[in-house]
Amino acid sequence: MEDHEFGFRTRALHAGTPPDPTTGARAMPIYLSSSFVFDSTEHAAELFALRTYGNIYSRIGNPTVAAFEERMASLEGGLGGVATASGLSAQLSAVLSIAQSGDHIVSAASLYGGTITQFSVTLKRMGIDCTLVPGDDVAGFAAAVRPNTKLIFTETIGNPLGNVADLSALARVAHDAAIPLVVDNTFATPALCRPIEWGADIVTNSATKFIGGHGTVIGGIIVESGKFPWGAKHPLLSQPSPGYHDLNFAETFGEFAFLMRARAEVLRDVGACLSPMNAWLLLQGLETLPLRMRAHVENARAIATFLQDRDEVAWINYAELDGSPYHALARRYLPGGAGAIFTFGLRGGREAGRAFIEALELWSHLANVGDAKSLVIHPASTTHQQLTDSEMTAAGVTPEMVRLSVGLEDVADLIWDLENGLRAARSAAAVRA
Amino acid sequence: MILTTPWQRRDLLGRSRTVAMVGASPNVIRPSYFVFSYLRTRGTLEVVPVNPAVQDIDGVKAYPSLAAYAAERGAPDIVDVFRKASDAPQVTREAIAAGAKAIWFQYGVVNDEAIRLADEAGLDVVVDRCIKVESARFDGGLSVGGHNSGVISSRRAASRVTT
Repeated sequence: MEDHEFGFRTRALHAGTPPDPTTGARAMPIYLSSSFVFDSTEHAAELFALRTYGNIYSRIGNPTVAAFEERMASLEGGLGGVATASGLSAQLSAVLSIAQSGDHIVSAASLYGGTITQFSVTLKRMGIDCTLVPGDDVAGFAAAVRPNTKLIFTETIGNPLGNVADLSALARVAHDAAIPLVVDNTFATPALCRPIEWGADIVTNSATKFIGGHGTVIGGIIVESGKFPWGAKHPLLSQPSPGYHDLNFAETFGEFAFLMRARAEVLRDVGACLSPMNAWLLLQGLETLPLRMRAHVENARAIATFLQDRDEVAWINYAELDGSPYHALARRYLPGGAGAIFTFGLRGGREAGRAFIEALELWSHLANVGDAKSLVIHPASTTHQQLTDSEMTAAGVTPEMVRLSVGLEDVADLIWDLENGLRAARSAAAVRA
Repeated sequence: MILTTPWQRRDLLGRSRTVAMVGASPNVIRPSYFVFSYLRTRGTLEVVPVNPAVQDIDGVKAYPSLAAYAAERGAPDIVDVFRKASDAPQVTREAIAAGAKAIWFQYGVVNDEAIRLADEAGLDVVVDRCIKVESARFDGGLSVGGHNSGVISSRRAASRVTT
């Protein structure tokens, strides 16, 4: 075979899923089996010692799940992937693969509300401290790094602020401190941005969103570049592990150290595995990811342009728009479009927001993003409700903010519905005045 | 010739039968044991330890040197090197003398002099790669672990397996 680099669309369809070797099935079969028989006691011993590749138990690995992992690793340009039950468990597992009690992490403050509570409440209870850095100044990230800091975390496109992370600059800050940059790529997906190409070391995705694409399943994935030099600063990877009979992951597995530890220790012990059924649905979603993201962005641009000209709209946070402070970063990191999720503010505050959402017929009012169907939510009363006032301010959540996840419907229908919503918002604002 | 692409490594593994593993260790948590054990149980390459400090590993007789290996078993197709980088030139000279067709420097065994010596002597050279990983890339092993094998194919597995 000649050397050949396959393109993104080809890999979205094929990576990880050659025909089934046993049956010749062209579509990936769903291996709904909790466990897998061993060839012999020697084979079993080799598998348990991690000396050979094979399936043992679907909490640790499963053929259908592995196909999804490989395809995601291919699309993100990583060495491999570890799928998890959800996006939140992907983040937790990524952190626990690197950090332990007594350690510290640094993260952007503009994040999904569930990530903020995971970092600042749950991880803190486990003894891992977190500093949330507000704003976009990379110097703020550098200043927050301590001797026990193990990683820097950011979202490619922040939820819900729509800010675009300066990935190369953050990667430099992280690497200067001998720690990895972990990027959640959920809002961009690898179709629009591949953080590893900009220096990130680990990428997480909530596969629940655009990757599945149809609002059907919950799932997550960690992809790692295989390029980070794990050293003295990361003893969980570079020192003998009591969780695996004193195995030294970095020495034994080289570039695979992180992926092997994330699977063999963290996934094994945390237990937040992805089901084969869900992995199969996510594989179906990935087949059309590049096509869908293009259509999502096209619709989102049209809707942002429509909203921009409306009197009822006080502001729009969408990096595609010329006026956005993140426009230049979006051109650099997201040349195919700054995603299809953005926020805007209605004149008339909370009441106008409520009237707007309640008047919509086609847009679904729910707590998700990245569905093929268009979605709408009021973050201050829902996704970010658990946050303190200062956390909410740092995350960029204001009372009048409405978040849209633009779907694949006919854009004229979406705009028709929004017009009804804006009319209701105007009436509510007028009553209030 | 220095082999830099996955496909070149796949072809090397496909045309090779014997591997002399210099620095193979019987210690079950050493990387070399992982690779030795994997290749031995998989069975497509005949892997033999070369290490003066051990008699055998898992019943496979070890040789004290590449010269001793070659005297008894003939020239190895691949000499796989698990030694520190500064030892690599000496190992390379011994590999050339033993008539090896290829030399494979494992992760971290990077030495410019050794690479040049082997290349000039006409050996195929692989640097800073793992022979276990590269075998697994094309036999489906990497894929089982959710790793990015780089393999894209609509042909049934038998045609993808090369060894």
